[in-house]
Amino acid sequence: MLSHAYLIPLLPLAGFLVLALFGRRIGEPWAGWLGTATVAGSFVLSLVTYGALLGRTGSGREVTDVVYNWIPAIPHSGFQVSASLLVDPLSMTMVLFVTGISTLIHLYSIGYMDGDGDFPKFFLYLNLFVASMLVLVLGGNLLMTFVGWEGVGVCSYWLISFWFGRDSAASAGKKAFLYNRVADVGFLLAMFLVFERTGTLSYGSAGGGGFLGQAASLPPSTRTAVCLLLFLAAAGKSAQFPLFPWLADAMEGPTPVSALIHAATMVTAGVYLMCRIGPLLSLSHTAQLVVSIVGVGTAFVAASIGCAQQDIKKVLAYSTVSQLGYMFLAVGTGAYEAAIFLMVAHAFFKGLLFLGAGSVIHGLHDEQDLKRMGNLRRYMKLTFWTVSVGVVAIAGIPPLSGFFAKGDVLDNAFAGSLFPWKVMWAVGLATALLTAYYMTRLLVLAFLGDDRWKAVVDGGRAKKDPHESPWVMTVPLVVLAVLAVVGGALNLPGHLSFDPLRWLAPVFGPGAFEEHLSGSSQWVLGVVDALVALVGAGVAFRLWSRETERPALEPALLQRSWYLDEVTDATLGRPGQALARMAASFDTRVIDGAVTGVARLTRGAGSGLRRVQTGYVRQYALGITVGLVVLVGYVTFLAVAR
Amino acid sequence: MPNDNVFPFLSMLIVIPAGFALVAAAVPRTMGERAQRVMVEVVGAAGMLSTLALAVTMAIRFKLHDGGFQMTSSHQWAPSVGVSWHLGIDGISLFLVLMTAVLFPLALLGGRVKRNPQAHVAWLLLLEAGCLGSFVSLDLVLFFVFFELTLVPVYFIIAGWGYAKRSQAAVKFFLYTFLGSAFLLIGIVAVAVIHQHQTGVLTFDLPALEKTIAGTGTATQILLFLGFTAAFAVKAPIFPFHTWSPDAYAESPTAGVVILSAVMAKLGTYGILRFDLGLFPRATVDLAPYLLTLGVVGILYGAVVACAQRDLKRLMAYSSLAHIGFIVLGTFALTTQGVSGGVLQMVNHGLVTAALFLLIGWIYERRRSSQTSELRGLQRPAPVMAAAFTLAMLASIGLPGLNGFVGEFLILSGTFLSHRWWAVVATFGVVVAAVYLLWAYQQVFHHQPEGENATTRDLSWREGAVMVPLVLLIVFLGVYPKPVLDRITPTIDQLVQSVDQATGTTQPGTGPTTAAPGSRP
Repeated sequence: MLSHAYLIPLLPLAGFLVLALFGRRIGEPWAGWLGTATVAGSFVLSLVTYGALLGRTGSGREVTDVVYNWIPAIPHSGFQVSASLLVDPLSMTMVLFVTGISTLIHLYSIGYMDGDGDFPKFFLYLNLFVASMLVLVLGGNLLMTFVGWEGVGVCSYWLISFWFGRDSAASAGKKAFLYNRVADVGFLLAMFLVFERTGTLSYGSAGGGGFLGQAASLPPSTRTAVCLLLFLAAAGKSAQFPLFPWLADAMEGPTPVSALIHAATMVTAGVYLMCRIGPLLSLSHTAQLVVSIVGVGTAFVAASIGCAQQDIKKVLAYSTVSQLGYMFLAVGTGAYEAAIFLMVAHAFFKGLLFLGAGSVIHGLHDEQDLKRMGNLRRYMKLTFWTVSVGVVAIAGIPPLSGFFAKGDVLDNAFAGSLFPWKVMWAVGLATALLTAYYMTRLLVLAFLGDDRWKAVVDGGRAKKDPHESPWVMTVPLVVLAVLAVVGGALNLPGHLSFDPLRWLAPVFGPGAFEEHLSGSSQWVLGVVDALVALVGAGVAFRLWSRETERPALEPALLQRSWYLDEVTDATLGRPGQALARMAASFDTRVIDGAVTGVARLTRGAGSGLRRVQTGYVRQYALGITVGLVVLVGYVTFLAVAR
Repeated sequence: MPNDNVFPFLSMLIVIPAGFALVAAAVPRTMGERAQRVMVEVVGAAGMLSTLALAVTMAIRFKLHDGGFQMTSSHQWAPSVGVSWHLGIDGISLFLVLMTAVLFPLALLGGRVKRNPQAHVAWLLLLEAGCLGSFVSLDLVLFFVFFELTLVPVYFIIAGWGYAKRSQAAVKFFLYTFLGSAFLLIGIVAVAVIHQHQTGVLTFDLPALEKTIAGTGTATQILLFLGFTAAFAVKAPIFPFHTWSPDAYAESPTAGVVILSAVMAKLGTYGILRFDLGLFPRATVDLAPYLLTLGVVGILYGAVVACAQRDLKRLMAYSSLAHIGFIVLGTFALTTQGVSGGVLQMVNHGLVTAALFLLIGWIYERRRSSQTSELRGLQRPAPVMAAAFTLAMLASIGLPGLNGFVGEFLILSGTFLSHRWWAVVATFGVVVAAVYLLWAYQQVFHHQPEGENATTRDLSWREGAVMVPLVLLIVFLGVYPKPVLDRITPTIDQLVQSVDQATGTTQPGTGPTTAAPGSRP
């Protein structure tokens, strides 16, 4: 099975092709079931592959699978790229949770997109997204990863602007693409540099002949440059400061898209990339420092914004940015396992929260404003309970998955020595407090309190009562809720017996905290985490269960996302437009002006030739034709006469 | 000189379209307008398709791992003036010939005209003969004849079937390129005179001239280089010689603009690669930093100006300027990787630009406008058209998996090896390309359509049939460029080595053992 790993991305790709050709004929709901089936098939295949990989040990757990020769060897430079897949514990962990979550969200979408005129097209995009995401994580070299990287980017663009009749959706899709494009410059430059210095773009560990195996022999400046360039790309894809505004706008897409692409999978690609180049990153102190500072900074800033958002999806979007920041903090402190652990756990509970939000939006007939919700627990019991599980998990209250996953990151930050005075840990802990606060605020505003949605009148009609969603939508909710509860078991601290993430070991060494922290300090840190989470949740409950308007707690600075959009617009957007206008007028006035000027000058000067140069180019053209005919005829005559 | 084929492939490549042009022109008017239209279109299609069949046969017979000229055809023509009928094809020209042979029938079918189809078809066939002749000529005079021959049909196509300001645009195009050609002609004569001075033989044969001219002094080479490059820079166009192109592209009818941007632009970049590098290696190496700079400026400037355009065809003209900049960059990187990428990019740009201009032409046919302000929400009534536009747009942006990416990547990474900072700056051009294309797409295809926009027809079967081969090629070359690269790289490696030998330089290597990478000495 290990040599047939290409089937994993191929299956959803085949689904994409079938839907592209026959999607409209297949129609609703079978197009949805087809899409779901191909992704579910991929999930089964990855389980089998995972099993085969578990049966091996040590370097046997790294299998490179060359599908075909993509760019053949260029003479002299030896540039050569295969369409190759790297099957190892890291990629398979990613593949498993990507295909698993995708299957659930495909299923959910059959219900959510019910009745949409472009139903088949939605699954077409979704299938292509899954195929691209799988190429991204399975790619055996930087260029293959880049193929998937751009593929998910373009699918994200299509899905955000899925309802392109709305200007805001169309613009949001474009914005996402452009932010990512800027970041991609980093990816491209990193590839050029890696190729120049190592002659290859393949990952490959010590024995694999790839560039990661040569990490130790590269000059330090090169290592740092490559890591920082790739981090630029990662910061775009994973929405880190200052490149995160696109993710909030991306919420214009249908909610299953937000759950799958903009929470669970695509946005974690940056974290995955950083983990993938871990052997290189671990050798660059500067790059690690930058990654962790940006990570923890983003975590805090985004969490603060999340506290003041009114749109249920925007709260979740900033929450995602914040959690991704935690993952980068872990990466920066060398705790790659913790990053992957939080990534998987986050996929469970954030996927759950988005799907829950989707259920709410669906039930309330497209209402997203938290202030116009309230008391939904009476009408949507299942949604309420599953969302509550998600909130408890992300807030970091034991024993749900979020507590262990976030705890792992914070412990590593505490034990790490990158930055003095445990600043990283302290900021991370403050973020945890905010996380518990804004998530509880969301839960309370949506599900408790009065039925405020009753007062909302749209077009003279009162809203109909909210309704619970159909089974295709609630089953994924329940499955994800279960996973969010027990997900912590993936990596229990304190060397308890069951420890499956340990099998990432051939890829990553042990995290910092395992080397530096004693068992008792881990217990103390765990208790502190839990207390902070409870305090945050309690404060939010006190503040928001009775009152819905507290302007002091929702300052404009936070509501407007620290004015990042305004700053970007003022520094890049408007000057860019002005530059384009200036360049265009320069082109017509100066460059073309010079050309026409010269032409006029010639015409004026050559008064004797004026009669010929009256602009009748027809005459010139005719002249050329006649001249050519004469020339050719003369030459032929010479040849014949000879 | 021996001819290594019994069948004169390359001569036929020129004779067939030229012959069919005569046939098309000879179709009598007396048979009635409709019958005549059908007749000339059948003649045109037959001529172009048989040319295509011939080109495909050649590509199949093309020998791998051979960097030299193949299927050469050499006949004494006018020995007293040193002109010969010398044709040959190698890794540089093979795919340009193929691309030309593919695009002409598509342009014919996709850009049909209502008025006087007879002349339109005949001019197109003649133009095809001229383009193909330019790509396979190995005699400087012969090349010049074909190179100039292309001007006439294009002039008449723009002036005859163009849009409102067609005559000014045609005149500007004609005079501008004609002026450039004057320098080329002077250069060609000078090269032959120098050769005759040294060897006593008067010839315009390229391989013979390369042997002597490549060894002349740097100062002489630079002057000759500038003369040759003037013509090619205008034709391509390369910044700052591009200002004829927005007008000419905007006013051309569909078939004209497709050929102008996709095929004839490559005459310029091809000329640089074929003649400048082979004849003037020292000047090439000395002037490379300047040409690289023009390439990079073209990439960024073209993209930035494109952002301010409100007409799709003018936007595409500046977009072309940027993409041609990439080709220039790859060429003057003077690494096998960069130059090979440049050749691949010539083909890729041809296919993608052709697809986009055809689509824009069809939008114009429906809505009588290519202004972004008047087009809105077309994806709703015309989803197939929108899908084709999206694919071509993404290829143009350089999305991996589509053809544009491989060429751009090889160019940028190949340039990075020899001239790092030019490559770094050029990489930012990739971002700006996305800005204007996505903006244009949003303006034209997104939003809620109203009025006439809401009832825009989707692609017809004929238009779909034109688009399918382009779409398949765009995807195929992105997923599997190996067959193309395998045939391009031996020639390019040979060419770059000859430049290195003539100038005593070496192209930089890669890997951990590389000493101090950076600029070529």
